[in-house]
Amino acid sequence: MNIFVCVKQVPDTETKITPNGDGSFIETASIKWIMNPYDEFAVEQALLVKQANPAANVTVVRVGSVKDTEALRTAMAMGADEAVLVEAVDNLDSYSIAKALKGAIEKTGKKPDIILTGKQAIDDDALQVPQILAEMLNLPSVSVIVGFELAGNTVKVKREVEGGALEVYEVATPVLLAANKGLNTPRYASLPGIMKAKKKPMAQFSLADVGVSDADRRVKYSGFKLPPEKPAGKKFDATDATKQKDVVAQVVGLLRTEAKVI
Amino acid sequence: MDFALSSEQLEIRELALKFAKNEMIPHAQEYDEAGTFPHEIFRKAWELGLINTCIPAEYGGTGFSSVDSVIISEALAYGCMGMNTSFMANDLALLPIVIGGSHEQKKKFLEPFTQDFKIASFCLTEPGNGSDAGGIKTQIKDGGDHWIVSGEKMWITNAGYADLFVVYGTIDPNLKHKGISAIVVDPKSPGIELGKKEDKMGHRSSDTRGVRFNNVKVPKENMLGKPGEGWAIAMKTLDHSRPLVASSALGGSARALELCIQYSKERIQFGVPIAKHQAIQFMIAEMGMKVEAARLLVHKAAWLCDQGAHNTEIASYAKAFASDSCMQITTDAVQIYGGYGYSKEYPVEKLMRDAKLIQIYEGTSQIQRLVMARELLK
Repeated sequence: MNIFVCVKQVPDTETKITPNGDGSFIETASIKWIMNPYDEFAVEQALLVKQANPAANVTVVRVGSVKDTEALRTAMAMGADEAVLVEAVDNLDSYSIAKALKGAIEKTGKKPDIILTGKQAIDDDALQVPQILAEMLNLPSVSVIVGFELAGNTVKVKREVEGGALEVYEVATPVLLAANKGLNTPRYASLPGIMKAKKKPMAQFSLADVGVSDADRRVKYSGFKLPPEKPAGKKFDATDATKQKDVVAQVVGLLRTEAKVI
Repeated sequence: MDFALSSEQLEIRELALKFAKNEMIPHAQEYDEAGTFPHEIFRKAWELGLINTCIPAEYGGTGFSSVDSVIISEALAYGCMGMNTSFMANDLALLPIVIGGSHEQKKKFLEPFTQDFKIASFCLTEPGNGSDAGGIKTQIKDGGDHWIVSGEKMWITNAGYADLFVVYGTIDPNLKHKGISAIVVDPKSPGIELGKKEDKMGHRSSDTRGVRFNNVKVPKENMLGKPGEGWAIAMKTLDHSRPLVASSALGGSARALELCIQYSKERIQFGVPIAKHQAIQFMIAEMGMKVEAARLLVHKAAWLCDQGAHNTEIASYAKAFASDSCMQITTDAVQIYGGYGYSKEYPVEKLMRDAKLIQIYEGTSQIQRLVMARELLK
């Protein structure tokens, strides 16, 4: 059984994000990179399947800069068998990333049985790659999953919907599943695991190798800037009943002309 | 010269810090308050390979260097100095076996610690002998086909939970240092009596007790080295263990510094965060300077140990400086937190209580200075 896990490397949640000099992206030099937390649930689920099916092979795939390979090394230290890295700039759009992931999976020559991803990446929160990738591979997909049971060629998954209710699906493999928090508790990469990870294979491709070009970009970033600082709020005294009418008129006027919300 | 950690060491530190933040810090206060032994946290740390770092790869261990070990220990002490005392005590007890044991003894005593979660105690100190370790009164007598151990030990870390004791005793008190011998004892042996758990000022989650040996029979093959070689083994153990203990103080200091940076930016007095006041800035600057200096000493002492070089003097610098500065830093941390710092609701009063012990155990700050002077003036 071939299990693929697509992971993204994102800035540590404690990182202070600033736009870079020309505003074309964020400043990445001082960023500490971590594996996208939702992807950790995906890796853990793959490893749980592997524990129950020792013949299963777990490959982690990532598209991004090669300067730091933290996410892939962590996944292999947790227990994934091998890794594939597609070198790309860190602000590629969802469509190009999905296409690159598809190309990378095909490059391995292994037919995927289960593809796992996080439901979203915590940096750009686009929530698109799992669905686009499933479409491109012509696979069924379920996102926001919090339950996973594999029996033969069928996976029974639970997915969270609005109001805390659960939908239960039975999907035949091959399938793409996108994990939500609550699916499992990701294990730590143990120290022996960290040592072993160094000897595990990591294949590396360029975007061209996996069939992605600039023409695939659907979204181009025009600029990055910090949100404007919030100005201090205005207070209106409406305790005097005789003046309430005026105060309300004033507030409504400002909501129209200044805040422009009504 | 290279001050950088290797990519592997950075990963090791990352894991240990993640463990400290997720598994230790959330429980540190509660375990301290109740004096609960951190059994499950200890086990989890063992599962990840963070414990028993001194066991060589040949016997199933991780084969980490001393530098690796102090990196891990600093991170775990950042989580909780008290819990780290329990963790470190395993290394302290296993080191004499690594240093003075035969191949058969290493196989027999070290390998079980890599296969299962086990706890060990180092039994050196006695009610009447602390700094004067050479004056040990516990006797190891030849009983023909076995040794007979009798005497009393004090302040034994992990004693209530130990699967293995390394006990220091003398084959003849008249021989002074030359009579001291180290022997591995099964804590379940008949004749061993455990004292009550000590109610301590700090490191309250660590289990500390007296242990009485009433004519305890020990197999002949459990003697580490030859009878009378115990002192030499103990001294070599200290070269390894002092950097480790120093790194524990360093971890506590680093935590206090981090908390103070955070708190001083949040706490407003006279209309500005207290971090804007020079009185606070100076205390924080002092903390940063001491943390960095202590870390350099700790890493150098461990590095010398890895090179097989003489590190006695530097290890004592590291132990005394790291623990004395931890006391100063955590005291200032309580000062910066003010009234809140004195309350158990906030984490710094525990750090201050925990810091004190590191100036005392594994050679007091005063004994370290004696060692330094002896080295400098020889």
